[in-house]
Amino acid sequence: MSVTAAPALLDRDGLNALVSALVAQGRTVIGPTVRDGAIVLAELDSADALPFGWGVELDAGRYRLVRREDGAAFAHSAGPQSWKNFLHPARERLWSAERTPEGDVSFTPQEPAVPSYAFLGVRPCDLRAIAIQGRVLTGGRHADGGYAGRRERALIVAVECTEPGAACFCVSTGGGPAVDPGYDLALTEVDGRFLVRVGSDEGAALLEQVPHRGAGPDVEESARAAVDSARERMGRALPPVDLRALMGASLTAERWDDVAARCLTCGNCTMVCPTCFCTTTEEVTDLTGDHTERWQRWDSCFDLDFSYLHGGPVRSSPRSRYRQWLTHKLGTWHDQFGTSGCVGCGRCIAWCPAGIDITEEVAALDTERAARGTETD
Amino acid sequence: MKPTLAVFKLASCDGCQLTLLDCEDELLTLAGEVEISHFLEASSSVAGGPYDLTLVEGSVTTAGDAERIRAIRAASRHLVTIGACATAGGIQALRNFADVDAYRRVVYAHPEYIDTLATSTPVSAHVDVDFELRGCPIDKRQLIEVLTAFLAGRKPNVPNHSVCFECKRRGTVCVTVAHGTPCLGPVTRAGCGALCPAYRRGCFGCFGPSGSVNLPALVPVLRRDGLDEGDVQRFLHTFNATAFDEELSP
Ligand code: SF4
Ligand code: SF4
Ligand code: SF4
Repeated sequence: MSVTAAPALLDRDGLNALVSALVAQGRTVIGPTVRDGAIVLAELDSADALPFGWGVELDAGRYRLVRREDGAAFAHSAGPQSWKNFLHPARERLWSAERTPEGDVSFTPQEPAVPSYAFLGVRPCDLRAIAIQGRVLTGGRHADGGYAGRRERALIVAVECTEPGAACFCVSTGGGPAVDPGYDLALTEVDGRFLVRVGSDEGAALLEQVPHRGAGPDVEESARAAVDSARERMGRALPPVDLRALMGASLTAERWDDVAARCLTCGNCTMVCPTCFCTTTEEVTDLTGDHTERWQRWDSCFDLDFSYLHGGPVRSSPRSRYRQWLTHKLGTWHDQFGTSGCVGCGRCIAWCPAGIDITEEVAALDTERAARGTETD
Repeated sequence: MKPTLAVFKLASCDGCQLTLLDCEDELLTLAGEVEISHFLEASSSVAGGPYDLTLVEGSVTTAGDAERIRAIRAASRHLVTIGACATAGGIQALRNFADVDAYRRVVYAHPEYIDTLATSTPVSAHVDVDFELRGCPIDKRQLIEVLTAFLAGRKPNVPNHSVCFECKRRGTVCVTVAHGTPCLGPVTRAGCGALCPAYRRGCFGCFGPSGSVNLPALVPVLRRDGLDEGDVQRFLHTFNATAFDEELSP
């Protein structure tokens, strides 16, 4: 394993060659590109489709594309999608069944579609999110085979974060703008060039196919400085308290009523969140009743039907549904999966139409708890 | 014996019944599974009830409608209302917020010929309804799903959630967040496949309030995005005006 190899340097032609090499391997290359007034993730046929010279201006409930003088390709955050759109697709057929005229029923499991993805531009927060979601979907006794196959075959070219957005708060979730292991190649964008570090044999072999040179200490130093500066420029932060304990102590907080009055219960936060994994299944039959299919599709704890048991939903009030979202992300996720469910990517803040801000809600819960504490003293 | 199907209309534009005729790929199969006993838009040959499944389009706007819907209910084992008119009173329910006599005088040369109720009301305000399928017009796939579910004896798989779910599932960029476009998607029931936002338009609310709606929370968002109080009211007062109004002051 050549992960200790000295960092290399790619220029823009080198980046183009990297994408061409991935395409030549038969991979579906997914990366950021501009569409419909946002930087979305979509299939790229060349590095030219990357959002060179585009950045974003973010606020709670607001996302705008802005031009950047420096021509950077990866200086944007909190897009409307995440890599889960590809690894854990919104809809997937699980099996189908046929009934013969004699009344026999035969089942056909769906062979999951396992495209060979290459993800270009995975930010450090999103790499952590992939690891968290992977633990959920493949960790237990009932692994999601489709997910596992897609994840297993995917090649990851991460990009360190040199431009956090106004909604970003990864540092206060214990992460940061520097990339953790789990990538095949990791890039750091420095003045229109890309410092490359190798994280796997596959990454090393790929780099061999692409014209590059040694990076040298100056570029390495600039890259480190850019990432260090990003760490200091987080747009937001969670309060520095034990969030799991805070969630546990806040089940009867009044703040839930306050946020419930503003929450549309539209479910956008869960669908843009790179770690939210919930799905439901639906049966699709045809008019004759001779053919049926079972589909898995994204669901959300904001959907009334999500908690429907006999006779009605368990979480019928917006209060209980918002509380489920927040306490699951920051509290009970630890009990289930051993980590927090939030990486601080900021998507739920930017893409909430009502501009509800997870960091603000947590801070308010913390303040309320402190006030409660004083009262009882 | 195949189950019998009937289609009736009250005050409506016929668009929802037309959706049934639009199901070109499924019509022959459907005709194989049910006996179409009464469907004037398709055929003038009609058979009397009782009907196993009746689809009703349109709202109740006259005393005659009110009587007819009771007769239709009495002749139907299952009654499913289709479309914004039948489920929420439709666009003609704007009269509920106005003076019908004034309308009558302004619009008709001989207002005395017009015999109408002061309100347009959904079928469910008059008789028991087994299932309400919303939309203006209804969605073809959802209609087939309702018919399929009826034939299979199960509950139709028609979601309660918002249009936002459909935007996110199909990868449409949110028009409110990214463009500042006023959109009723967060409070509107999914069903159309999030058609308008896919064309960079805000949702008009054709499918009425979603099953878990918090409309008062959307008003400040619409105001933020440039609508004044009157605009907000006009935005909500289209095909499902009465249904949205009820949600505004629950
Ligand atoms: S909860 Fe919000 S900030 Fe945290 S990972 Fe999910 S979308 Fe990102
Ligand atoms: S927050 Fe809600 S949608 Fe997300 S993983 Fe938890 S229960 Fe599922
Ligand atoms: S927090 Fe925002 S995005 Fe999430 S359900 Fe509520 S209004 Fe929708």
